[in-house]
Amino acid sequence: MPEAPPRPAASLSLAARLALGITALLLVGGLTLALAAFAYGRAAAREAFDRLLVGAANDIASAIAVESGRIVVDLPVSAFELLALAQDDRIAYQVRDVNGSVLTGYRDLPRPPQGAQFYDAVFRGEPARYLRLTRRFAERAVSGSVEVIVGQTLRARTDLAYDITRKALYGLAIGGVAMLALALLVVRSALRPLDRLARELSERDPQDLTPLVANAPREVAPLVGAVNSFMARLDRQLDILRNLISDTAHQLRTPVAALRAQADLALSEPDPTRRARVIERIHKRSVSLGRLLDQMLSHALVVHRTGSVRRESVDLRDVALDLVEAGDHPALAGGAPLTLEIGAVPVPVLADPLSLREAASNLLSNALNHGRPPISVGASIEDGMHLLWIRDAGPGPSAEVRAALGQRFQRSAAAAGQTAGLGLAISHAVAEAYGGCLRFDLVPGGFRAALVLPGEGTPP
Amino acid sequence: MTGLSRLAGLGGLVSALLLTAAAAHAQEAVARFGSDRDTAPLILRTTTDVAVLSPAITAFLRAHPDLGLIYEQWGSNALYAVSQADCDAGRAGADLVISSGVQQMIRLVNDRCAAAWTSDATASLPPDLRWRDEIWGISREPAVIVYNRRLVPPDEVPRSRFALLDLLRPEGSAYAGAVATYDIEESGLGYLFAFMDSQEASTFGALMETFARTGAVATCCSAEIIAGVGAGTYRIAYNVLGSYAALAARENPDLGLVLPSDYTLVLSRAAMLPGPESPRPQAGALLDFLLSGPGQSAMAQMNLVMGTSPDQIEPGDADNSVPIRLIPLSPTLLVAMDTAYETRFIARWRATFGR
Repeated sequence: MPEAPPRPAASLSLAARLALGITALLLVGGLTLALAAFAYGRAAAREAFDRLLVGAANDIASAIAVESGRIVVDLPVSAFELLALAQDDRIAYQVRDVNGSVLTGYRDLPRPPQGAQFYDAVFRGEPARYLRLTRRFAERAVSGSVEVIVGQTLRARTDLAYDITRKALYGLAIGGVAMLALALLVVRSALRPLDRLARELSERDPQDLTPLVANAPREVAPLVGAVNSFMARLDRQLDILRNLISDTAHQLRTPVAALRAQADLALSEPDPTRRARVIERIHKRSVSLGRLLDQMLSHALVVHRTGSVRRESVDLRDVALDLVEAGDHPALAGGAPLTLEIGAVPVPVLADPLSLREAASNLLSNALNHGRPPISVGASIEDGMHLLWIRDAGPGPSAEVRAALGQRFQRSAAAAGQTAGLGLAISHAVAEAYGGCLRFDLVPGGFRAALVLPGEGTPP
Repeated sequence: MTGLSRLAGLGGLVSALLLTAAAAHAQEAVARFGSDRDTAPLILRTTTDVAVLSPAITAFLRAHPDLGLIYEQWGSNALYAVSQADCDAGRAGADLVISSGVQQMIRLVNDRCAAAWTSDATASLPPDLRWRDEIWGISREPAVIVYNRRLVPPDEVPRSRFALLDLLRPEGSAYAGAVATYDIEESGLGYLFAFMDSQEASTFGALMETFARTGAVATCCSAEIIAGVGAGTYRIAYNVLGSYAALAARENPDLGLVLPSDYTLVLSRAAMLPGPESPRPQAGALLDFLLSGPGQSAMAQMNLVMGTSPDQIEPGDADNSVPIRLIPLSPTLLVAMDTAYETRFIARWRATFGR
């Protein structure tokens, strides 16, 4: 029992990849945003609560008066109500007389840095923010600056900064979820055409190889194109197969009918000598039929390979060399001399070496069967085309025959038990498959049959 | 004092040993509650009379039989001074401090003398009655007008500050010289009420002027004022702590109470757990108990938690509700603690009462 083919390992789904990517983005973005929001929140909180300090300090400063030659402070409750807006923060304050002595408030506050208005310092072991404000008095009894210092601890500021950060992150979280949902939605809707394609393909009649008509998104179009061109190739292959089968049937019908007639004749022939002659004819026929079958198989093979095997870089000189060195050609039994004519320059083409060899071998067979020795095999570059050729010393076939050479199949030839037509057809098919052609011409020294192919790297 | 001490016996809940104030410390009285075997009893320092808080303390210790508690009763200024000294020395001194000198407690918290404590009980307090999770208001006691029923005919009972002003306005009024209020130099509570009055209403100026003109008497301490009204020395006392007045009125039917209908100040005694270290859990538990339902009802027995219409309190006007001005536990009270402010305020007040 054959094992089920292993399923291709399913790679991560597109949606999962997207979710992963967006999550990573959100994490990085969230971290950045949290830092930015915290920095912003701190600045905003500082600004907001610094204004409270300003308000309170102004309140206190405006409540300072000169009474009977002395500075007096009538501490306003409103100033402390302002500061109490930072609900859980402790309040530090101090008012200094023109001579620097503390008029009222906390005596042990840290001194402000030189020239500073706002400054950070400690209030009884807790970090705090201070504001220093001065009010000038120029009266007969009192002249100079009265200093007002107001401070508060940082709890409300920190809370506000965290609150701003938290809200920014809430926003990001909501946005992130929306983004994720939207992305998944888009992915699903974008992949829907693929589902439709898959359904269309699976519901299709196996014989139906017409191109798919799909209004797919641009990104999916290459896939549709690839499927269509694949189906077109499949269609061509099927055509070839159909032709092959019908051709084969045609090819075989006549010789088999002839064989049968001969066999019938042999059965009804009482005279042994004549029967022996008939049997000899049957033998000749069957040998010829065998060769025909070989060639048809070879043809089928070549046709199949040119359609399906990957092309590789082949040096035509190698093919020629192989051909000469193989030396096992059936027609070489006669011991006719075979020479190799190749240069120092490589003659590379893109093709299937086996098919090339088959094609060349067929040309060689023709030369051996119909030409006149000596026979040469060679490879060369002429006018930018790469040639693999066979040359014999004969005059070649007549002009009409030459014109018809290489046409696909001459059934008459097969019917006559000759196989040259089919051999040429193979060569022709190979040449065409690789963007070239067969060329027959009279050259100095005889008749030359050549496979003409575009060089590797030159567009066909 | 004596009337309240008798009350303590009357309540029958106190298994306390009352010591005299003279014993080495500045506290007015010391009592020991609960287990005698507890080698590290809780120390509670408070301005509240032992008798008034003892039902709540006893109820708490009933649930904690192994716990001992030393109850120190202090005057508010002395309590502030000792707490401040402890704080400066970096020690707690007591486990729980409860004072009616709310402004002093606020100052202590602002000076970072308190430790934080959070629980369901503290969290359920309204924002006005807690600050920084370091100070909490545990009682509700209105500032009332107390009068002597024998000396003040019903139609002359002052239902509001305006009515009081009207009583004193006529030349040669019978009430001249017969109205008493706290001496705010002596009593931190009196100062707080006067400070709040000065914030709350323009009647404060008129009241001061009238008190000055009619020779009102300023004297110390709730007990003395209430006793004076009960005995007929004064006809009317202004801004007396309602809890003490209501207790005294249980004993003396001549005493009448009025919640002023223009507005009634309500004091919430402030509690804090002295720092700098985190408080003992038993102290936190005591605080939580005082804020809890059973604790509040135990305090309500002694009128520490008063509605606006308990039995002894007559409604100000026809309708029972009077506008309440709760003294908030807020840093605005720091103004009252400002030395320059206090000096000026007291100087003005002193001018009024001709001292």
